[in-house]
Amino acid sequence: MHIVVCVKQVPDTKIIKINPKTNTLDRRSAPAILNPYDAHAVQEAVKIKKMIGEGTISVLSMGPPQATAVIKKSIEIGADRGYLISDRAFAGADTLATSYALSKALERISKEQKIDLVICGLHAIDGDTGQVGPGIARRLDIPPITNVIEVTEFNKKEKTVLLKRKIANGYQLIEAQYPCLLTVGKEINEIEYSPMPNMIKAARYEPIIWTVNDLENVDRPQLGLKGSPTIVGKMFTPPKPEGGKKLDGNADEQVAQLIALLEDKKELLFANH
Amino acid sequence: MSEKFDVIVVGAGPAGTSCAYTCAKNGLKVLQIERGEYPGSKNVMGGVLYRQQMEEIIPEFWKEAPLERPVIEQRFWMMDKESAVTFGYKGLEWGMEPYNNFTVLRAPFDQWFAKKGVEQGVLLVNETVVLECIVENGKVVGVRTDRPDGEVYADVVVLADGVNSLLGKQLGFHKEFRPDEVALTVMEVINLSKDKINDRFNLEENQGCTIEIFGDSTKGNLGTAFIYTNKESINIGVGTTLSSMIKAKLKPYDLLDYLKTHPMVRPLMEGGESLEYLAHLIPEGGYHSVPKVAGNGVLLVGDAAQLVNAIHREGSNMAMKSGKMAAEAIIEAKNRNDFSESSLNKYREALYDSFIMKDLEKYKDAAHVFEHYPQYFNEYVPMINRAASKFFTVDGTSKKDKQKQIMRSITGERGKLKVIQDMFRAWKAVK
Amino acid sequence: MFEDYRGVWVFIEQNEGEIEGVSLELLGAGRKLADKLSVPLSGVLLGLEIKELCPEIISYGADQVFVVDHAVLKDYRTESYMKGVILLAEKYKPEIFLYGATPNGKDLASAVATDLSTGLTADTTMLDVDLDNRLLEASRPAFGGNIMATILCKKHRPQMGTVRPKVMKALEKDNSRIGKIIEEEIFLQEEDMRTKVLKIVKDVTKKARLTDAHVVVAGGKGMGDLQGFQLIHELAETIGATVGGTRDVVEAGWLPHEQQVGQTGETITPKIYFAIGISGAIQHIVGMKNSEFIIAINKDPNAPIFDVATYGIVGDAMEIVPRLIEQFKVLQKEKGGEVSYV
Ligand SMILES: Cc1cc2nc3c(=O)[nH]c(=O)nc-3n(C[C@H](O)[C@H](O)[C@H](O)COP(=O)(O)OP(=O)(O)OC[C@H]3O[C@@H](n4cnc5c(N)ncnc54)[C@H](O)[C@@H]3O)c2cc1C
Ligand SMILES: Cc1cc2nc3c(=O)[nH]c(=O)nc-3n(C[C@H](O)[C@H](O)[C@H](O)COP(=O)(O)OP(=O)(O)OC[C@H]3O[C@@H](n4cnc5c(N)ncnc54)[C@H](O)[C@@H]3O)c2cc1C
Ligand SMILES: Nc1ncnc2c1ncn2[C@@H]1O[C@H](COP(=O)(O)O)[C@@H](O)[C@H]1O
Repeated sequence: MHIVVCVKQVPDTKIIKINPKTNTLDRRSAPAILNPYDAHAVQEAVKIKKMIGEGTISVLSMGPPQATAVIKKSIEIGADRGYLISDRAFAGADTLATSYALSKALERISKEQKIDLVICGLHAIDGDTGQVGPGIARRLDIPPITNVIEVTEFNKKEKTVLLKRKIANGYQLIEAQYPCLLTVGKEINEIEYSPMPNMIKAARYEPIIWTVNDLENVDRPQLGLKGSPTIVGKMFTPPKPEGGKKLDGNADEQVAQLIALLEDKKELLFANH
Repeated sequence: MSEKFDVIVVGAGPAGTSCAYTCAKNGLKVLQIERGEYPGSKNVMGGVLYRQQMEEIIPEFWKEAPLERPVIEQRFWMMDKESAVTFGYKGLEWGMEPYNNFTVLRAPFDQWFAKKGVEQGVLLVNETVVLECIVENGKVVGVRTDRPDGEVYADVVVLADGVNSLLGKQLGFHKEFRPDEVALTVMEVINLSKDKINDRFNLEENQGCTIEIFGDSTKGNLGTAFIYTNKESINIGVGTTLSSMIKAKLKPYDLLDYLKTHPMVRPLMEGGESLEYLAHLIPEGGYHSVPKVAGNGVLLVGDAAQLVNAIHREGSNMAMKSGKMAAEAIIEAKNRNDFSESSLNKYREALYDSFIMKDLEKYKDAAHVFEHYPQYFNEYVPMINRAASKFFTVDGTSKKDKQKQIMRSITGERGKLKVIQDMFRAWKAVK
Repeated sequence: MFEDYRGVWVFIEQNEGEIEGVSLELLGAGRKLADKLSVPLSGVLLGLEIKELCPEIISYGADQVFVVDHAVLKDYRTESYMKGVILLAEKYKPEIFLYGATPNGKDLASAVATDLSTGLTADTTMLDVDLDNRLLEASRPAFGGNIMATILCKKHRPQMGTVRPKVMKALEKDNSRIGKIIEEEIFLQEEDMRTKVLKIVKDVTKKARLTDAHVVVAGGKGMGDLQGFQLIHELAETIGATVGGTRDVVEAGWLPHEQQVGQTGETITPKIYFAIGISGAIQHIVGMKNSEFIIAINKDPNAPIFDVATYGIVGDAMEIVPRLIEQFKVLQKEKGGEVSYV
């Protein structure tokens, strides 16, 4: 079983700061990390490998040379090898161009070892789109199953996998033929504390780096900025709403005023749903 | 069975990285283990990096290291409640190669330095805590980390785990600190625009300055405060020995707040936004508290070996130097294939032969003197301020009479003999 | 070059014969765009035996409904649904095509955009058109919600976007509206499908889903600790409300993730929203600002939560909330025996 996990390096939006004058990201304030959802995707691959007792886990990332850091991080979690596609030709890609480039890299990886399963994060915390995974699946013509919350069982003879997919108020139990592509959120597993040998392996690991020339049958106009139908028109800070009224007085007076204000909403209160 | 290395270095501060770098550069197989998310993520330093020792490891490092500003001016303030007597030195030659010192922020600097080590072949593992040394037959043979399958083995383990070296304590190399052997320093990084910094500190592009503050900065307790200029932020910090803090019932953060709102300091900080707040111990016991630094299969470097000159706030340079000397001893030991204490003691000899132990010996009584005679901080500083005020106020008194009045008031306040004694004691302590 | 592409489309998401709220909201938003562009607004409905939903779609603003009814479309699956949607889009060429940003809507839109080789803006919260260029201006939070970005798709059609639930407003239902129903045939075979939905399991444990609640009491890090947060539960219980919280609270383990309000949690529009000990970070505010009546309690008078509050109380929650609970209990007694608890 060969599982490929797509992993992205993203700025840590938890500590991100925006320069209010230029409306751009203050890079200094935003360390680059492995997209948290992708960490769960790698962890799930490790779990699957354990579950079926064999397998190879590759990770694939597209990004600048420093993105090798997220490949090493994935090795820590338990990936066996990692590929980075890095080239100016890929720069400025939106989700459509990204899924194109990644699918070309997956085709090449598949030539080295046939791919049975692709796993992506539910979304990347910088773009927050969740569009790349399904996009890759379309390009490879494999079924996408998004929002998977549990991988239950593999049937190697039938080449099927049993999955739970989250929907608005519950889940679907799905049987899918593989190769297929899954996207996973945080509920699917807990990231385990990596064992020391993985850490040492990761420290030593040199990711395989490809440029656009290492990929085959690439239609260059579909790459990068040129291949991206969407563009960012403008950036703006959301208009600040005006505040309401502040109640005055001491705690008792404030509470009394509030209760009075809620008098006419009484039927909403105490009603059960 | 887990892999075996030539050297395991615990900690990726300046001491650990100097050692790991030098070992790897000389072909040793090095594993460096850091508990932080990345080197520097947890490290605190006021922020002056001394050029000399860094250059011994990476020549012309300033061309690529993430430094803040070269220091071209060092100021000293003897500060009272509403006044300060100041002096210092500003030299433009310090703003040119080869420079004197730099201000740095530890997080980017430590990361960069560690990366240089990795380029030399160091295997750096972050987010991993070394729990203890593995000791077999009286010899340290490896470390146990907090990870599953966490044991790793090596000929030599270098403890560069910083001031509170738990690992050094576990091996019985040193005891718990006495409260007068460590200073607790709290520090804040305050965001301020480049222009404001240049204006307020009278600097130009790529010029930095340091201010060391004595006296009211610590409310008269033993200790000092500092203000260093970074590119677009300021480091401000204050520290006193743990013992004086306990004695005066001070909370560290209160002291920093007091300093930040002090009328002499506030205008420099005005409008700045606090980026981070950090607290850290500095070993200040000096010469007397340096522990055993070499054992069977183990060496202690940097703060873990208490190598800090509290008076001059030098630490990172001693850390680097000691790390490098430890590496050199390890390389020799490797050639002899002998990692016993006596073989590794080459490091101890080199250390005691270097400026580090000489400097520490020179100041060996300083902290003690100042600790026991608080008058230096709580009486003389205000006195000097009053004297300066009197001297510089134009009020029709002749300068000669003024000097007389000043001398009279000083000796009057403390008694002539006492003043002479104090002066002698202080001079002896730092001579 | 895009003259062939005309009309505004909304994908109507139905689950087991019930239309998702976001689809109706999108009809409201789509109506405005269509009127501006002077083109018809269409709903796109796929499923099995769903034709009777068409009048409802029209009554919420659509001029016409495209329907594909097929056994293979019984449950949502990317492979089958995208085939239907692509078939329609290629044949009728809309210029704008909107989907709800639900798990299914996002999934479908991503696949369709790839096959149509067009741009797709995710999680839009504001929509407008530039009439001169007939350009959709889809704005969405970027960089973790700290800022808004307007995304344009100049050279490809249709211009597609997914839109967050609960940010657009549905029109009043108007049963007198009339519209056209266009049925489309599609060739699909179950044997060709590579995924099968074996069953659908509904979450039965749901108390009151946060998204359905009329009254929400939400607490933040300002409650101090897990124990302090009990006050939130107590207040909620007293007035029969559902509990919500900020991400920081969820990360601290005081509440499960389902109870998180905000950008990475639920977007909700209850009638009454209590924000207690919540600073009002933008990522939180986007999830609750459309609530009808917002009461903020915070000891910091400058907390941004007051900017969106209808009424604010500057004070210590530890003092205010117990008093509130007490007063509400009095009020409840006055209200008499109508109250029943589950
Ligand atoms: C406020 C302040 C201001 C200072 N100002 C200056 C100054 O201006 N100039 C100067 O030269 N010096 C200054 N110093 C002193 C200087 O910071 C230290 O001397 C120097 O950092 C010592 O380096 P080190 O490598 O020995 O230790 P550290 O820098 O403390 O590094 C130790 C490393 O080991 C890691 N570690 C610890 N335990 C473990 C474990 N069990 N497992 C794995 N990793 C572990 C830590 O995370 C840390 O990264 C200052 C100190 C302070 C606190
Ligand atoms: C990509 C991204 C996505 C995010 N998504 C979400 C999201 O979906 N939902 C969300 O909520 N957050 C989200 N956040 C986090 C958000 O930025 C804030 O960190 C979070 O909302 C703050 O939570 P808080 O208000 O509980 O805590 P704090 O910001 O710590 O505020 C606590 C408040 O309590 C007040 N207070 C303290 N003590 C008392 C007292 N005794 N009485 C009254 N008031 C008191 C304080 O004045 C303060 O205003 C996201 C962040 C990022 C970067
Ligand atoms: N540049 C990239 N390199 C590798 N994987 C990516 C990249 N961009 C997106 N992905 C994958 O697609 C998922 C969804 O990303 P997004 O559509 O950008 O929200 C991520 O969690 C990754 O698994």
